[in-house]
Amino acid sequence: MAEPVDGETSDQVVMSHRAQGSVAPLLSVRAISKSFGGLIAIDEVSLTVQQGESVGLVGPNGAGKTTLFNCVSGHSRPDDGSVAFLSTRLDGLPAYRRARLGIGRTFQRVEMFSELTVRGHLLVAERARQGSGRMWKDLCNRGGATAEELTQVEEVLDLVGLREIGDTPVSALGLGTCRLVELARALVGHPKLLMVDEPSSGLDVHETKDLSQILRRLQTERGMAVLLVEHDLGMVADVVDRVVVMNLGRVIASGPFDEVMTEPEVRRAYLGEGSRSVSTGLLT
Amino acid sequence: MEQFFSFAIPGIPYGCTYALFAVGLVLTYQATGVFNFGFGAQAFASAFVFMLLVQDAGWPVWLAFVLSVFVMAPALGLVFNKFLFSRIATTNSTAKTVTGIAILVGLPALLYVVFGNVTLLNAPSVLFNQNTVYVTISGYPVNGQDLTVVTVTAVVLLALTALLRWSPLGLQMRAAVESKRLVQLGGVNGDRAVAIAWAVSSWLAGLAGVLLAPYFAVVQSQDFVTLMVAAIAAAALAALRSLPLAALFAVLLGVISLVLQGYLPTQSLLYSAALPALPFVVLIAALLFVPGLREIDKRGDPMASVDPPAPPPAVSLRDGSTHRRITVAWYVLLAVFVVSMLTWMPKNWEDVFNSGLAFATIFLSITLITGMGGQLSLAQATLAGVGAFTAAQLALHLGLNMVLGMLVGAAVAAVTATVLALLSLRLKGLGLALMTLAAALFFDSSVFPIHGLTGGQAGINLEQSWVSPLTLFSASGHQFFILAFVVVVAAVVVVKLLQKGTVGQYLTAMRGSEPAASSLGINLTWQRVSIFAVSGAIAGVGGTLLTLNTQTANPDQFNYQLSLVFVVIVVTAGVSRVEGAIQGAMGFVVIEQLLTYAPPRFQGVTIVLFGAGALTYAAHPEGIVEYAKTRTARLRGAGVVPAPEKAHSEPPSGGVSTALPMTETASRGVLLSGGDDYG
Repeated sequence: MAEPVDGETSDQVVMSHRAQGSVAPLLSVRAISKSFGGLIAIDEVSLTVQQGESVGLVGPNGAGKTTLFNCVSGHSRPDDGSVAFLSTRLDGLPAYRRARLGIGRTFQRVEMFSELTVRGHLLVAERARQGSGRMWKDLCNRGGATAEELTQVEEVLDLVGLREIGDTPVSALGLGTCRLVELARALVGHPKLLMVDEPSSGLDVHETKDLSQILRRLQTERGMAVLLVEHDLGMVADVVDRVVVMNLGRVIASGPFDEVMTEPEVRRAYLGEGSRSVSTGLLT
Repeated sequence: MEQFFSFAIPGIPYGCTYALFAVGLVLTYQATGVFNFGFGAQAFASAFVFMLLVQDAGWPVWLAFVLSVFVMAPALGLVFNKFLFSRIATTNSTAKTVTGIAILVGLPALLYVVFGNVTLLNAPSVLFNQNTVYVTISGYPVNGQDLTVVTVTAVVLLALTALLRWSPLGLQMRAAVESKRLVQLGGVNGDRAVAIAWAVSSWLAGLAGVLLAPYFAVVQSQDFVTLMVAAIAAAALAALRSLPLAALFAVLLGVISLVLQGYLPTQSLLYSAALPALPFVVLIAALLFVPGLREIDKRGDPMASVDPPAPPPAVSLRDGSTHRRITVAWYVLLAVFVVSMLTWMPKNWEDVFNSGLAFATIFLSITLITGMGGQLSLAQATLAGVGAFTAAQLALHLGLNMVLGMLVGAAVAAVTATVLALLSLRLKGLGLALMTLAAALFFDSSVFPIHGLTGGQAGINLEQSWVSPLTLFSASGHQFFILAFVVVVAAVVVVKLLQKGTVGQYLTAMRGSEPAASSLGINLTWQRVSIFAVSGAIAGVGGTLLTLNTQTANPDQFNYQLSLVFVVIVVTAGVSRVEGAIQGAMGFVVIEQLLTYAPPRFQGVTIVLFGAGALTYAAHPEGIVEYAKTRTARLRGAGVVPAPEKAHSEPPSGGVSTALPMTETASRGVLLSGGDDYG
């Protein structure tokens, strides 16, 4: 993967890519670290995602995957290192500004707007994407949804297959459906980069398959880059172009799925030191 | 140095009075997960009963002490736990705070209603004789009262710290705070642990109340409440976590304030205005700078996922005909009201309804900040006061038209609210409630007493300066009613437009999940600050209306206790809809007026009623009045309660196709919210 050379800032990296005529990476994470008290959650992690690329981020629990997500989306601040998106340095930008730049995400523990319907979730997202929400507009009674916004929302509802339950309050939905709503909500913003955090937990096999297909289609049809955190390695294999493996806060391997999964260090991280008797099913 | 000690030594027993309360607040928070605003009222209740037994019934002191502190106080705690707090979800901090406030304002009022307005003088001290000087330190004669307080504080502190830190029961309590149900999975009787925690902390409240009673010439609820809110500062400095630190900070606070009192020149502004505000300034500083306090409201119950989804608000379950019936009733009532006010309404009742309109405006500001913004502000009366005094001063000195003055007052109140919102950006829930309370107390003790701003205790008389330059409006006739009515309608329209517009949607999203809202591009800070500002402006307008109606602007009209009462009223009448604010305001003024015909001891009935209503907040967050309205309208219409055709099971998780269609969801909601004991 196109790791930035030591000593260069992200901006310089972006510049140099331009100079070489290559496409600037969509996301470039450079040596970020984050610790909580004494616990080092991520330790000098670097990572790039190219435009339209689909990258899987895998690793055992506690590897620092969600922390990395939070540092990219702005929900937590890295102690050190920097994050750049297209040619913009994100350091110090609040989460909402990053979202408007085109970073969409879902959450490991679903975060729903409990008082809204499914369609309500998407409408809020559509409004927020455009940065509308001027108070004076509301006061002039011009805060209603425009036809264009409604079309946008319906499109996404169709894409994810949620149209039937568009008017259902989310408090009546099961976990799996909530994950789909979260995904749809993130998609409304037309993100250039979609970060999906363990989407398959709570889904059954068929739903997982459907979800994989949706993610694939987004990538091929819309050219959306996807960063996927997922424990279901079958799903990862279906969706991603390449994987990055993390363990204990560090990147330990990266490359095409099949190659990476055979690396000894990755096997050790997943199966423990010297364990051979365990069925390696998906890892082979 | 000798002079320093002569100031500092008396500060120790003085600080210990704070310490008993501060330790009690931290203990309750640590052992039950509730920041118990009712603590001061519970302390007063024990002192009240103790004095009643000693003074009126002639009981021996020790017997009255045992009954009020060791029997009544823990029993009260057990009752509160059983019927109120145990029914509130661990994560629902707004409901916990509201319930505590309802106890704080309701319990003393209830006691006065039940036992009459008795004057309880010269409480006896329990342990040592208060008239005996036991020892003299640095020239300060330590009497029995001081000795009692210091000794008891020390003993209680040691015992409770040991209980909480080292006993198995303490461990169970601390674990049960996190999740009672999770503890139960581990084979521990979580209910028992929580009940004991309530009994112990309420016992401490009772003990503090009875021991501190002799410090006050007259035992009245206000002193205990004031003492408690001052003690919150020490508890906050200890991050609501450590009992010894809370006690230490409380004693320091006592010493520092007495030392400052000794050294500051008595004529200075610092002495008269800044010194009384010291605990509140400390509380604001603690909320700003103690990192532990930012986490206080981030408790999540690991077992929360087993809860059924919250019942939808009653209003969303109204079928078409019920909704029409209620709407038509509203408009008919409105028309009758307007016509009556303009024609036959007697003058005294017209005044009552006029003040109701003013209160309705202030209450609408609570609909905005609490109902929409999801934040509990305890400074709405203060913001109303800021608006009112601004308008009053402008009228007094510049002869400014009061309608213009009202707008300027609204702007100043909005700025004040903005500053408050910016100060509490990192806080939410309980933290924000405490910050607004501290601000309200700061204004009460430092800003509102300044004669040049508010006319001091007497207030500003507006009869001359306010009315004469106004040819448009005079106080006689129906002009005030027309003005107030227009203002209320305007405020209602503003709130409704915001609710239905983008801002309303954003705030609904933020109430659901702030991280998700920000991940979509919603600027949380801006939304929060702006809704606070609008709320402040509306409160300011309401405050001005209130003073217009009474023709005076007086600090007593806007003190922090009123802020608490306002919250309790609006929460009872319905905080999420504009109807709630209007119902609350009109109900409040009408009941108050009717009580003027009753014997004076029943004055407090209004507060008791609304306090009791607010206690149902956890079960009916849309307001018990709003809930009852839908229910009765439905009963009237249908004749029977529409029973759900069949019991619906929980929707199976996953699968788009398994989701419930709207109608089924709605009836399931009825099933859930139909039972009164659902909590």
